[in-house]
Amino acid sequence: MSARPNMQPSSAPRVGVLALQGGFEPHLRMLASLGVEAREVRRPAQLADLTHLVLPGGESTTLHHLLALFDMWDVLRARALAGELALFGTCAGAILLGKSDGTRPPRLALLDAVCVRNAYGTQLDSSRETLAVAGQPMDCTFIRAPKFTRLGPDVSVLARRGDDAVLVQAPGVLAATFHPELGDDPRVHRLFLEGCAPFARAAHERLGVV
Amino acid sequence: MSQVATPKSQDKSIATAPMSVKVGLARMLAGGVIMDVTDAEQARVAEAAGAVAVMALERVPSDIRKEGGVARMSPVHKVEEIRAAVTIPVMAKARIGHFLEARVLEQLGVDFIDESEVLTPADSEHHIEKHDFKVPFVCGATCLAEALRRIGEGAAMIRTKGEAGTGDIVEAVRHLRLVQRELRAVLGVPKEELMALAKELRAPYEQLLEVRRLGRLPVPNFAAGGVATPADAALVMALGAEAVFVGSGIFKSDDPARTAAAIVKATARWSEPAIVTDACREAGSPMRGVHSGALPTSERLASRGW
Repeated sequence: MSARPNMQPSSAPRVGVLALQGGFEPHLRMLASLGVEAREVRRPAQLADLTHLVLPGGESTTLHHLLALFDMWDVLRARALAGELALFGTCAGAILLGKSDGTRPPRLALLDAVCVRNAYGTQLDSSRETLAVAGQPMDCTFIRAPKFTRLGPDVSVLARRGDDAVLVQAPGVLAATFHPELGDDPRVHRLFLEGCAPFARAAHERLGVV
Repeated sequence: MSQVATPKSQDKSIATAPMSVKVGLARMLAGGVIMDVTDAEQARVAEAAGAVAVMALERVPSDIRKEGGVARMSPVHKVEEIRAAVTIPVMAKARIGHFLEARVLEQLGVDFIDESEVLTPADSEHHIEKHDFKVPFVCGATCLAEALRRIGEGAAMIRTKGEAGTGDIVEAVRHLRLVQRELRAVLGVPKEELMALAKELRAPYEQLLEVRRLGRLPVPNFAAGGVATPADAALVMALGAEAVFVGSGIFKSDDPARTAAAIVKATARWSEPAIVTDACREAGSPMRGVHSGALPTSERLASRGW
């Protein structure tokens, strides 16, 4: 990755990490290890020319509160729906990308799945486990983890813990209920940069979007 | 202290957790505001204002200061009530060295324990052996060596002590600047001078080696103690704090919901004066406060902890 941004300025991904709250710094470090200088995103205007945006872990209620407060919620949704922005959510980020399950906070509904908050309990149920991710072992850290349910037909499962999907991909969206940014294995981030392109959702009504 | 008296050997029902899992939760709180609450109603106000977590305690620090007496962990029914009221992480304070208050809080399922100088210390020499717990701990520190002693005991997050319950930011600023200055010194000296520096600072040598390996503290460093306004929150963020604890500053202001939301706003975008100005305009009138320099030594909470 390292030389590419300079060699192919037009096609190189322009990557941002939402930095209003949460574990954005570990994502920036992980992306830097792949030679990508990602931008910290705190204002709507900073979304304008990105091709890729990471929604980090953090508190999903706080992230929703701040995205709405700073007028970023609608801009982010519109750019993703228009096929201008690929998204990668970890933990709280995955919760926001999914569809609503009737609980707070409201969701972006950009991924055809529901991601249920605190599905495994409190911090006492947080853990680190070695799971097979795309066929190879990876240390996966789960922090007050959410759980994917009701995966749509376009959503493919890239890793599981027991029966539960923990890493999923759909056109233009990658989402994990664990925290690949807290480890030192960059494969999931590399997949986001190289295998996840912005995707126009012509049929987004199917996601229950009003 | 003999081996038989350690918490781990008393209770094997709760396992420990890897440090990465404990520090992981601390990292997820970065950029956020953790608010002191004494009951479910306050917890709901905090969550609605955008708090990343609430901190359960019996009385807010300014009331502890005013009323005196022994300050203990929050009553069990209050912790349960607060846990039931919100979906964000719930932290709770235990007295320094009181590993059984900590065990009770762990049993109650709190997400983080603050071994806090704001409560009356239960042990005048020793802190809790925090590696033995599954729940992560945050501890206060006034300088790098104190931070590294707590990390050596297993703390997964450090916060400045500041001077809680005063509404005076000066001590938090002092502690943040001192930790940063000492970090620069540790990162700057040649390796052969590190042992002498460890001796001078009274810091564990192994932890200093870890700081040099990482180029920073091994756990997140948050600010606490005296934050009363959105500008205070932005100031401590600008001085390198990764998140902010607010104690009396919210529920002793004249409009807690507005003040809480304004502090959340200023913390998220601390580097932009226009946003901090909006937040200051929107906040309620801050607590009146007391100048921490005027406090007699016996009333300074930051000197508690060893």
